[in-house]
Amino acid sequence: MKPAKFDYIAPETLDEALALIGEDSRPLAGGQSLVPMLNFRLAQPARLVDLERVEGLSYIEAGSTLRIGAMTRQAALERSALVAERWPLLHQAVRLVGHAQIRSRGTVGGSVAHADPKAELPVALTALDARFHVRSASGARTLSAGQLFRGVLTTALEPDELLVEIEVPALPPRARTAFVEQARTLGDFALAGAAVVLAPGYQAVALLGAAAVPVRAHLPAPLDEIDDPYRRALLAALVDRAIAQAS
Amino acid sequence: MRFEVNGRVYEGDPEARTSLADFLRHELGLTGTKVGCEHGVCGACTVQVDGEPVRSCLMLAVQARGRSVRTIEGLASPLQEAFHEAHALQCGFCTAGVLMSLDAFVRERESATDEEIREALAGTLCRCTGYLSMIDAVQAVMAGRREAARPD
Repeated sequence: MKPAKFDYIAPETLDEALALIGEDSRPLAGGQSLVPMLNFRLAQPARLVDLERVEGLSYIEAGSTLRIGAMTRQAALERSALVAERWPLLHQAVRLVGHAQIRSRGTVGGSVAHADPKAELPVALTALDARFHVRSASGARTLSAGQLFRGVLTTALEPDELLVEIEVPALPPRARTAFVEQARTLGDFALAGAAVVLAPGYQAVALLGAAAVPVRAHLPAPLDEIDDPYRRALLAALVDRAIAQAS
Repeated sequence: MRFEVNGRVYEGDPEARTSLADFLRHELGLTGTKVGCEHGVCGACTVQVDGEPVRSCLMLAVQARGRSVRTIEGLASPLQEAFHEAHALQCGFCTAGVLMSLDAFVRERESATDEEIREALAGTLCRCTGYLSMIDAVQAVMAGRREAARPD
């Protein structure tokens, strides 16, 4: 349970970091998913580019939209009174990510870029119609959740691209939200989950565990295509529970 | 690299792949931190970095450069006495991680429901006690603190 050898570099500017990352030179965010994969030797990159000391990647700023720096710790998102007040779905979701000891180190951008189909933040951000700002040494682009999440642990990010910011639009007036999930034990990976945003004349739902990527839909949630009867029943119950909590 | 452990400055040159947990134990001899699952599930290796509880098996030693680390050897908390009083440990393997987690938990709040304490304990696996005596110990510490803070 020890990683294979790798080189390590901790750049301090975004330009340096962008110049360093590539096919075999992988970015390290909070390490709460990548380091276990290194320990199991499921990942054996030649070099890790630690983003922890890169300036200007950790912030929570709100104007007409919410802007979250990719290296913002999950614990910082959880503690943000501004997020709890204006984007409560993110507060509700982040509290379910792992445990407090994981959220201390885990980052919002790391969770998104890792694209675990059982992760809460990608599902909440999908429900919120977030935009994902990506940079590389040669350019920049912005993706929607549907464009970013491609499959299990797979995103549309190229090896030389880095997720730098997540932008969340304002909720509709008088919106209410809920994030519910079912896990075998507190803090364990969820079997299924549902995020809902309800407002007069507006509804959005995103499902965890319905497919390899977060599924964004309108109500009634499209569950007919889920083969496993237990998962289908579980998701139906969770969507109902989420709607009840948000109503 | 230089970093601080329990108020003392250490210098070292860890290999990039060395975890903070292994560096604390093997290079600094601080074997109070236990290593269980080595993939962030059991919580035995929890230490505090700049006051925040973290899994030391999921942090590289090189990432501790310039940081302040606290391990069980540097902890002086009423939780330790309360664990003793409430019989909140048996084999002790999980205890260091539990205490480093709970120390951060009780620092952040004046009181907690049993449910909140259960949530805080969910990040550390104990196979002996069944956790109930740990909940009693945390409640005792919080009650004691409220008592001490009350004006006569």
